[in-house]
Amino acid sequence: MKLFYQLKLDAILLPVIALLICLGGWAIIAGHGKTTTSVDDWGDKVTKTERFGLSKNLPSPAETWTASKPYIMEPFAKRGELDQGILRFAWLSLKLVAQGYAIALILGTPIGFFLGLSKNFSRAFDPIIQILRPVSPLAWLPLGMVLFSGLKIVDGNGRSVFGTSDAAALFTIAICAMWPTVLNTAVGVRAVPQDYLNVAKVLKLSKIKTLFKILIPSALPYMFTGFRLSLGIAWLVIVAVEMLIGKPGVGGFLWQQYNANSYAHIILSILTIGVIGYILDRAMSMIEGRFRSA
Amino acid sequence: MNTAHAPVLELFKLSKAYPSAKGPAVIVKEFTLNFAAGEFITLIGHSGCGKSTVLSMVAGLTDATGGAMILAGKETNEAGPDRGVVFQSPCLLPWMTAFENVMLGVNQVYFTASKKDRRELAEYYLSVVGLGNAMHKFPGDLSQGMRQRVGIARAFALQPKMLLLDEPFGMLDSLTKMELQEVLLELWRRNKLTTLMVTHDVDEAIFLSDRVVMMTDGPEAEVGDILTIPFARPRIRTEVMSDPRYLEIRNHLLDFLNERSHIRPSRIAALHAAESVTAADCPAPQAALRAH
Repeated sequence: MKLFYQLKLDAILLPVIALLICLGGWAIIAGHGKTTTSVDDWGDKVTKTERFGLSKNLPSPAETWTASKPYIMEPFAKRGELDQGILRFAWLSLKLVAQGYAIALILGTPIGFFLGLSKNFSRAFDPIIQILRPVSPLAWLPLGMVLFSGLKIVDGNGRSVFGTSDAAALFTIAICAMWPTVLNTAVGVRAVPQDYLNVAKVLKLSKIKTLFKILIPSALPYMFTGFRLSLGIAWLVIVAVEMLIGKPGVGGFLWQQYNANSYAHIILSILTIGVIGYILDRAMSMIEGRFRSA
Repeated sequence: MNTAHAPVLELFKLSKAYPSAKGPAVIVKEFTLNFAAGEFITLIGHSGCGKSTVLSMVAGLTDATGGAMILAGKETNEAGPDRGVVFQSPCLLPWMTAFENVMLGVNQVYFTASKKDRRELAEYYLSVVGLGNAMHKFPGDLSQGMRQRVGIARAFALQPKMLLLDEPFGMLDSLTKMELQEVLLELWRRNKLTTLMVTHDVDEAIFLSDRVVMMTDGPEAEVGDILTIPFARPRIRTEVMSDPRYLEIRNHLLDFLNERSHIRPSRIAALHAAESVTAADCPAPQAALRAH
């Protein structure tokens, strides 16, 4: 037992055990197919596949793996608009998220600064923000469609490159992902120590200089917490958005596979979304940590 | 009029009050004090008596609610780099190196000077306070004492008209404290800066200052007593401390802090005025005055 802890096996072993328990649970609940062959009244051979189990349509871990293999083994393959390797789908989703996230930061950071700096601005807008903040992406998307209806940007060949649904998607991601950035930036600006502001006052720093030399560096750790949470939400929203507008991407793939009764791919999509979300969060945490220690 | 002897800073009936439910809460009441050019004045009093509030008003970080402040012949009521401030915590910006912290102020005050001159100025003051080798370190990598050195360098590098020190050595161990007192005196001597320092360390006050201003307990703190420190400059700590007058001065200050800081001269004066009308009315302040 001592050796067990000395080698830090618990750090590897415990997650593996937990994973096996989950897979086991999944396997128990999942259904399994049974193919029966019989001879019917007309003397023909009939093969029938029936599924049994607690949740008979849920694919088992093995089935999921078999069905997902082509998508994982050729992650960048493009067999068709809605039949692509899983990482290719993920890349499409990430591109959309990056755009919406960028808009969220560009809008959210200044709003956060205004909220943090001005008591009156904060008093005026705080109720609106608190009301808009909990609204689900599923509710924002239709509004986005209405807001940008008729928008169409075409390229030289007359093909639409950016339409209503693209704009609505970005709008939805941006407005949902913006709030953590807004609120954390505001908190960060309010938390700038009076000492630092006194330094600015004593040195008679201009407003711009105070902003760039004192406020932003001081609030940066808080801002990055907001940025990280915003990215998490942006990634959460992408699935809903892709489902609704039917864009190719992880979320779009998930919805399309559900409609195609290809349930194993739903699980593949969910795991992909989870893993990528985790990686994004870790990456942001690392950047955040660097700013915190600086 | 001889301008050399005109006070650099005049504080006339400076007051600070905060509005409260039971009428204004007066923290500092009619604080009047004149600073001669190059004078080192220490403000001493119990914690929370309002001495830091006075300094904060002089620095322009807190608005006075009454009275006036005349700096070099001009009435001022806002902060500015003509008064260098050293705070209790050094207030260095942790995302800048020691050098950059000093440069922030230097760039602001000497924006007309060449970049080279500005860098030299910052480097000069950082080496004077003994940070020649550590000036490109971040505050997080410096000891508490070294950080305060940077704070002092930053204040002096602005070459202000006045230096304001708010318990600058309060958070340091006594050895570092003594070291920094010497650094401060040396810089003060070279620059002939009029200085106001707030402290609650009696020995520090005696060793550094020309005059020690004792403040009565708050609220409604005011000047309780002023003591001139007679030791010649430059001072050497051991000589000052072995001087027979040292103990006398020290006892006077301690006696004030322990016994008399709750007695307000303004009230005694008011009672004095009343006394001439009804002689037998006020035995307590009388006794206090006699004890003085």
